[in-house]
Amino acid sequence: MDFEPCELAEIIEKNGAGASLISVLEEIQARYRYLPREAMILVSERLGVPLSQVYSVATFYHAFSLIPRGKHTICVCTGTACHVRGAVQVLDRLETGLGVAPGGTTRDREFTLETANCLGCCALGPVVVLDGEYEGQMTTKKVDKLLKRAMRQAGGEQ
Amino acid sequence: MIELRNPQALVDYRQRIWAATDPQQRRIRVCDGTGCRALGSRKVLARLQETLREAGLADKVEVVPTGCPGFCELGPLITIDPEKIAYNRVSVDDVPAIVAKTIAQGEIIDGLIFVDPVTGQTIIHDSELPFYTKQMRRVLALNGEIDPTRIEDYVAHDGYAAASKALCQMMPEQVIEEVKSAGLRGRGGAGFPTGLKWHFCRQSPGDVKYVICNADEGDPGAFMDRSILEGNPHSVVEGMIIGAYAMGATQGYVYIRNEYPLAVQNLKIALKQAREHGLLRKNILGSGFAFDIEIRVGSGAFVCGEETALMASIEGKIGEPRPRPPYPAQSGLWGKPTNINNVKTWANIPLIIRNGAGWFANVGTEKSKGTMIFSLVGKIRNTGLVEVPMGISLRELIFDVGGGIPGGKEFKAAQIGGPSGGCIPREHLDVSVDYESLMALGAIMGSGGLVICDEDTCMVDLARYFLQFTQEESCGKCVPCRVGTRAMLETLERICAGRGREGDIEYLIELGEEVKRSSLCALGGTAPNPVLTTIRYFRDEYEAHIYDKKCPAKVCKGLITYEIVAASCTGCMVCARNCPVGAISGEKGQPHVIDTETCTRCGVCQSLCNFDAIVVH
Repeated sequence: MDFEPCELAEIIEKNGAGASLISVLEEIQARYRYLPREAMILVSERLGVPLSQVYSVATFYHAFSLIPRGKHTICVCTGTACHVRGAVQVLDRLETGLGVAPGGTTRDREFTLETANCLGCCALGPVVVLDGEYEGQMTTKKVDKLLKRAMRQAGGEQ
Repeated sequence: MIELRNPQALVDYRQRIWAATDPQQRRIRVCDGTGCRALGSRKVLARLQETLREAGLADKVEVVPTGCPGFCELGPLITIDPEKIAYNRVSVDDVPAIVAKTIAQGEIIDGLIFVDPVTGQTIIHDSELPFYTKQMRRVLALNGEIDPTRIEDYVAHDGYAAASKALCQMMPEQVIEEVKSAGLRGRGGAGFPTGLKWHFCRQSPGDVKYVICNADEGDPGAFMDRSILEGNPHSVVEGMIIGAYAMGATQGYVYIRNEYPLAVQNLKIALKQAREHGLLRKNILGSGFAFDIEIRVGSGAFVCGEETALMASIEGKIGEPRPRPPYPAQSGLWGKPTNINNVKTWANIPLIIRNGAGWFANVGTEKSKGTMIFSLVGKIRNTGLVEVPMGISLRELIFDVGGGIPGGKEFKAAQIGGPSGGCIPREHLDVSVDYESLMALGAIMGSGGLVICDEDTCMVDLARYFLQFTQEESCGKCVPCRVGTRAMLETLERICAGRGREGDIEYLIELGEEVKRSSLCALGGTAPNPVLTTIRYFRDEYEAHIYDKKCPAKVCKGLITYEIVAASCTGCMVCARNCPVGAISGEKGQPHVIDTETCTRCGVCQSLCNFDAIVVH
């Protein structure tokens, strides 16, 4: 999705005059899946916050990305419980399958591979989340299946 | 919508709810927590409703989504009332039989009830499961019982009775006195006496004060706070109302992780309902006291669990901690007196006010009162959420409640308190679980994360894992944490890669102590704990890595090799086809060989082999 300055005005307006910088950035992130440079400049002007502070917040919190993310997100939980149950192997397999490192996005902008510190469903470890859908007790075999399915769905959308 | 204008209106409302409730009502409670959802409980729920409709039973049987009762290992969990028949690992395919047999004819389905893995005994009612019988469920009592999105369910179970009592019958000082004499200590990890903290905030001069609920549960391997907010959000709201009244605060915030979407959703619903019922905003229950709560969703920074960083984040700044004093009670959010407590601390408050300080304090040890909630995870049979009395032994917690270690493996250590905590080895299994006893062993109570390690867990790797976590999450403001944890991590990575040197252990101890002593906040101040306790109790494993170049648990990639056992290999070629680096060769039908020079030890071959032909040395 391309950045639309008028949409941003709407977001800022919705959050009110005293809008918190973080909630405005969160909404931009949710809409565009990253924080476009122009958007950060506009936010700085509209909220009267120095651009340096916008940049500082945008780079401090993990939820924000300065580069465009993929349409689909595959997130591997690397919390302690998942770690001791083999999350490293699961992540390795996804890295190989997608050809990107954690935090990276495939060239076709379809998939972003992420890790999370703990999603809090430790009983099911290792856990992988594909676009909000949780998959528990992952193994190399199950990851392969998941990835195949995800790629097929992504292909079908086009 | 009923606005409760005074305490009597609340009592009347509760009686009307009771009058409309039939205790013999056929109900199916379905766990709708994140854990069971991940196992497919939403599909089970939808299928149940559909099947009941088809069978013409939709108006006779209620299907109630509940919060997490805790036994995540056996999810999706459902309980059928009024008999309280507990079914576990329910799939959509089981639904027709459940409706046709149990609902229509009262027949119990053998394949869905609990079978004790040790005795082979079958158990029909969840109250008889060993997992629950050894617990003492106070804060979690309603988790799994009520629909968290219905305020009526909470009110029916004496919800908001404590707020009514505090606001309309007690002076603020009396409330603080009650919390003090209960002996409640902060459940976020540090264990500071809650009543005293409230007292400081009350004493602080100022017209505007804030209370905050810290729901930025960032410890990996911990999900207690999430489950409370998902399963019983009104208990936290009620606790905050009482606390705000006691301290004279007019505005509250709940700071919650963005990784917990369901908890945010259920809390939003609870706040809306509380407002509609006159339990928030102006003149709560006719007491003249006004208070409201807003939600702030975190943006993914572990350090924001530290109170000063959390407040900076609410203010819209980057979440960097600042030195204390001044403490939040003097100068907190926007410079005003502020009190921050953990989710579990707030959830305990209504129970203390309703049942009295004596009731609360009759459980626990001399200095640690009440119950503690743990998320029991890792290499343990009964993974899940448990609430136990303070002072229980670690052995009872792991073996009686947790069911011990699966797969016939040996218990090695319990990692308690997350990245700030430490490891407790087998020889200290009988330690009493209370703040002081755990501290004496170099660990901490922490927020409730309890990760069990067995013989296959490498303690050096675990220490490296935690340090990698804290290193990544270090905000970078102070040098000891930013540079110190990095130097420690580099050393640990070297040891795990097989390049450990003499003196590394001593260096880690010296540096660790220094990072603890000189860091600005608790993140750096506790980050070395996992390393220091593993050195203290598992020094031999470090020595094996450094001197023998061996990883006894066969985990560290730099110290292991994979080999194909020729006698077991059928030459099916699955491993060769799937090796990401092409390190496996061999003819079809002939035993294959791994080239250890090329092999990256990713373990894919072993996990895909159908004949257990691949071993690790």
